[in-house]
Amino acid sequence: MHTNWQATCLVEGSGSGQVLILDEPLSLWGGLNPQTGEIIDRRHPQSGRTVTGRVLILPAGRGSSSASSILLEAVRAETAPTAIITAEADSILALGAVVAQEIYGRSLPVVVLAGEDFTAVCAHLSTFPQTTVCVQNELVILENGKT
Amino acid sequence: MKLSREEQAMLAGERGTAVQIAMRILTTMGRVFGARRLIPIESAHIDGCLYHGDSGIDFAQKLVDGGAKTVVPTTLNVGAIDLLHPEHFQGTAVQAQKATRLMQLYQQMGCSPIWTCAPYQVEQRPLTGQQIAWAESNAIVFANSVLGACTNRYGDFIDICAAITGRAPEYGLHLPENRRGQIVFHLHNIPDRLRHADVLYPVLGYLIGSRAANKIPVITGLPASSSEDQLKALGAAAASSGAVALFHAVGITPEAPTLDTALHGRPPEAEITVTVDDLKAMRGHLSTVADGPIDVVALGSPHFSLAEFEQLLPILRQFPPAIEFIVCTHRLVLAALQKRGWLSELKELGVAVVVDTCVVVTPIVRARGGTLMTNSGKFAHYTPGNIGFSVIFGSLEECVRSAAQGQVWRDEGLWEN
Repeated sequence: MHTNWQATCLVEGSGSGQVLILDEPLSLWGGLNPQTGEIIDRRHPQSGRTVTGRVLILPAGRGSSSASSILLEAVRAETAPTAIITAEADSILALGAVVAQEIYGRSLPVVVLAGEDFTAVCAHLSTFPQTTVCVQNELVILENGKT
Repeated sequence: MKLSREEQAMLAGERGTAVQIAMRILTTMGRVFGARRLIPIESAHIDGCLYHGDSGIDFAQKLVDGGAKTVVPTTLNVGAIDLLHPEHFQGTAVQAQKATRLMQLYQQMGCSPIWTCAPYQVEQRPLTGQQIAWAESNAIVFANSVLGACTNRYGDFIDICAAITGRAPEYGLHLPENRRGQIVFHLHNIPDRLRHADVLYPVLGYLIGSRAANKIPVITGLPASSSEDQLKALGAAAASSGAVALFHAVGITPEAPTLDTALHGRPPEAEITVTVDDLKAMRGHLSTVADGPIDVVALGSPHFSLAEFEQLLPILRQFPPAIEFIVCTHRLVLAALQKRGWLSELKELGVAVVVDTCVVVTPIVRARGGTLMTNSGKFAHYTPGNIGFSVIFGSLEECVRSAAQGQVWRDEGLWEN
């Protein structure tokens, strides 16, 4: 098992933590309470889980164009994830992170792991959920990753 | 990215700090998505005026302080308060004040205060092929699909950046080659009554969004008579369950005179057959509880059109509501209702007509929890998370007749083969 993965970097920065993997795409507006960091989309498999301080891994964004607002508000309220990894580039998630840098000078990296890599990383993390993931620009590093 | 001399001046701060910030955000996003240049846009629609917390005010204030002024026709989406009827607002005084403040900041930048998620039914609308920068997921999908205008799925913040610079990064749906249909949904053996019913559209949209994700769906088998209100319901639902920014309906939408044209003459990536059983399953998924007592009915996401009120009124007259009943719309429709004497009649029937906002973006519903019933796929999707109500989805007639008895009424015949 590789411990370093090359991603496409949408928004630069570094962030690390344990992961929260979402099984379905999420609209942050209507899907995340930025005051608490809780996933509130009641039809979502990870409803009730908290993104705060986690590396958030999700297949894609969806839904509302207010997702960028919710991400910025989560950064302001200090409930945001430390990094975001998706399988499909989502312009609205990237936008929220770009504006967080512009307005608050806070870095929240957003990267895309291409198809098979995304699947492989998720599979590894599901087997070893205690793994710490570190995102540094285009690099995704699984620390203490078992081989 | 290649910038013109004027764009370089904007980025260097020579046109003020607001333009500089906007340019920085636009060029960053352009670089991320591989745009080679910025292109001029004809209009913008802004979603950032809805209050979610102080960060929205921080951002807008920074632009206002930096001298931001829109340079293209720019309309505003819903805010978090009905400015004409503030008594509907059920939140705190501080929230109301902040919601109003954010709306004022966007007005100060020169945006037109139409406060609606259906700008395509209010203002002069974009023409086929025009480049625009719109936010609000349902407005995006309507503008691309039904009008044939070209916008990406823009989010809050970049919308106003485009409006004050008159530019958008050239990538994605701004380019004709990226508007090709990718996944074909064939309606198969749908009973005729259902095929011509309004309720088909949000259910089909919800199915398409959940299956197509961010791909461009093409739909075959919809009646050529499909109305704009029906297509708006389809798009809004698809943009809730998925990231759909553009769909083609063969024989109906401007870029799909034929299936082959919609696919740009290439084979689709996938083909999906949609049966009445698939639709029934999806209708079930739109509700979060079993049929039973309901506490409130809410309609109007996207905002109700005058034509939709024309459908609603005769049913309401026959079955006046016994529970809270809210319809969300915009000010032009409100004025038309007033002129026709319908507004007072709606009030007498116990219907609250809300403008400038809607029930899933801000606290309006008076009932303290329980079950909300709606004919909107978008309301059905966002109600449980945003306002904590269980939700039941139904047709317009089902909603009205259920409100009359405080208990779900079903027209099951509609879904039978």
